[in-house]
Amino acid sequence: MRNEYKHLAISDLSGLRYGVAPKPVRCGNELQIGAGQVLPEVNFTLPAIEVCAANWNRVLEHYDEIGRNVVARAVALRAPGVVLEFELLPAMTETPEWGAEITALLKRHLRTAHEKHGLKSALRVTPTDIRDQVKPPVLRSGQPWERLRRSFELCVAAGGDILSIESVGGKELHDYGLMYGDLRAIVCALGVLAPRDMAWLWDQIVEAAAANPNAIPGGDTACGFANTAMQLAHQKMLPEVLAAVVRAMSAVRSLVAFERGAQGPSKDCAYEGPVIKAITGCPIAMEGKSATCAHFSPVGNIAAAMCDLWSNESVQNVRLLAGNAPEAYTELLTYDCRLMNVAAARGQALVMRDWMTESDEWLSPQAAVLSPAATLRIAQAIVAESNPYRRTLAAGRTAAAILREGHTAGLLALAPRERQWLGRIEDELSGMPEQEDALLAAMRDEQGSLFDLRSYGLAGQ
Amino acid sequence: MSQSEPLLEAILNGDAKAAAALAGAALESGMDPLELVTKLMIPAMDEVGRLFECEEYFVPELLLSGRAMRAALEVVRPRLVAAGAQPMGRVVIGTVKGDLHDIGKNLVSSMLEGGGFEVHDLGADVPPERFIDAIREHKADIVALSALLTVTMPAMKTTIEALRQAGVPDNVKVMVGGAPVTQQFANEIGADGYSDNATSAVALARRLMGGRTT
Repeated sequence: MRNEYKHLAISDLSGLRYGVAPKPVRCGNELQIGAGQVLPEVNFTLPAIEVCAANWNRVLEHYDEIGRNVVARAVALRAPGVVLEFELLPAMTETPEWGAEITALLKRHLRTAHEKHGLKSALRVTPTDIRDQVKPPVLRSGQPWERLRRSFELCVAAGGDILSIESVGGKELHDYGLMYGDLRAIVCALGVLAPRDMAWLWDQIVEAAAANPNAIPGGDTACGFANTAMQLAHQKMLPEVLAAVVRAMSAVRSLVAFERGAQGPSKDCAYEGPVIKAITGCPIAMEGKSATCAHFSPVGNIAAAMCDLWSNESVQNVRLLAGNAPEAYTELLTYDCRLMNVAAARGQALVMRDWMTESDEWLSPQAAVLSPAATLRIAQAIVAESNPYRRTLAAGRTAAAILREGHTAGLLALAPRERQWLGRIEDELSGMPEQEDALLAAMRDEQGSLFDLRSYGLAGQ
Repeated sequence: MSQSEPLLEAILNGDAKAAAALAGAALESGMDPLELVTKLMIPAMDEVGRLFECEEYFVPELLLSGRAMRAALEVVRPRLVAAGAQPMGRVVIGTVKGDLHDIGKNLVSSMLEGGGFEVHDLGADVPPERFIDAIREHKADIVALSALLTVTMPAMKTTIEALRQAGVPDNVKVMVGGAPVTQQFANEIGADGYSDNATSAVALARRLMGGRTT
């Protein structure tokens, strides 16, 4: 383990705000993240087109257009810097050369804009975690892992500046837990399985980044866990209180990337980022209202309160009245960042942060656990424990307490069925075994067909 | 029907053990297995679906009820087979090639089972050939395609075209769903039906069966 986090890097509310991280990173074309300004991170994807060899030229045309348009808009707006995120689609990870080709294409646009216009920039590359193609997932060997590893290698060689992934180790059990409301399965996935996969995977990613002195291991996200819960809650399929507690608990597995050498910025869809920032001091990317092109968000403003990169999650390259969607969102993000940066320059960053917080905080359980105060409380609970399992429990119990206190104080309104679920979550979390062995044994008995112990280095236990 | 109310409650409450025990007791008391399924158990799941639509149940309650339904069906099934009863229909379901998302598909699968269908779940990232093989192997009446990414939606069209080219007859109906999918898209690609949620998927499947069983 490279970093042990037993104390908070940011322990005071006044230090936890957007644009500033105790450990800023420098990457790409003279870009600094977390060094005083919030910067836009533009995330994009293809329209409905099958990614295959027959369509490859069309695919390249799209990314070429995206790169050209986004950079032009950033230059026109005199953005102080920009990050482009290239999320590889599954087919591009399965054929690593494809992902590398697009990486190189986008990097060329950034390089040209830097040379011609002085635009500071960086390219984040995020291969798809394709290791769960088989059930149960085989995470540490086999063709999917080899292709994923190769994707990282080739994208680094092609010029990727920041390496990220939305890793899925543990998701096979977590999805079951969400669907059946089984807190034990959720806690086992987040606190026992996922941290083990994160540790192994991020050792590999950090090693891949080391092959190029210009590449940094950025960070991961609990997207497949907490954002799945968030979107299911939005569709009224899951309780919001459950999604909120899952969000807090998911910070523990995302933290493991930093324990193994990730430097930030974490992925934009890691809404647990503020907890990571409070613990590690590393910069984070966040998304909120700006991600409305991709999905609904109950944390549209509050999500920006502590960000260092402000992202739009993902937008298709389709034509709008003002131009193509990625360039339109470049503009939207840049203006958002401008406002936050002007507030900061005038010494009003904390005021702006608090306005963003207050506008959302008590309108959704998921926002309630994202406030700066809640962030510090959850982060402190995490570092007070010594292993990922106990940290996960502590985060969940703290989040549930925050929701209960908010509701009791008349701040957070909860529908009867949400209240019922909060009580259930509290009871189940307080009744969990204090050590992971008992929970893992129970999950092996009940849902052992879902996960392969070898994928987590647990075979023989 | 002395066991009807407790069995209904067991399914509504997601109590699999109780549902299985009560189904067994109902059969022992002489209840006709087909009546038990069609007049009590399936309506119980329909009520679960209604409670979900009314936002009284979340997915966990819905799936736990589905599990209770399946537990009761396991007890009843041998009697149904012996009586020559057939499922409502046979469904092959999967997420299309290139797409790894499966939560929505799993939900639909569970609801279809609760609705009396025999479901063969192929998982995610399923190429057209596997759908074709499964349709033939299981003599499917319906094939249900799921996609969650706009870039994988075209694979739905590819799959449907492959089905027709492979000679899968028109009476094997195709239904599609998934977050980016729309009725318009379903029409464009020649699907027989589209549903935007798990409970309406059951209603759609029943409509596609047109009142016949498999």
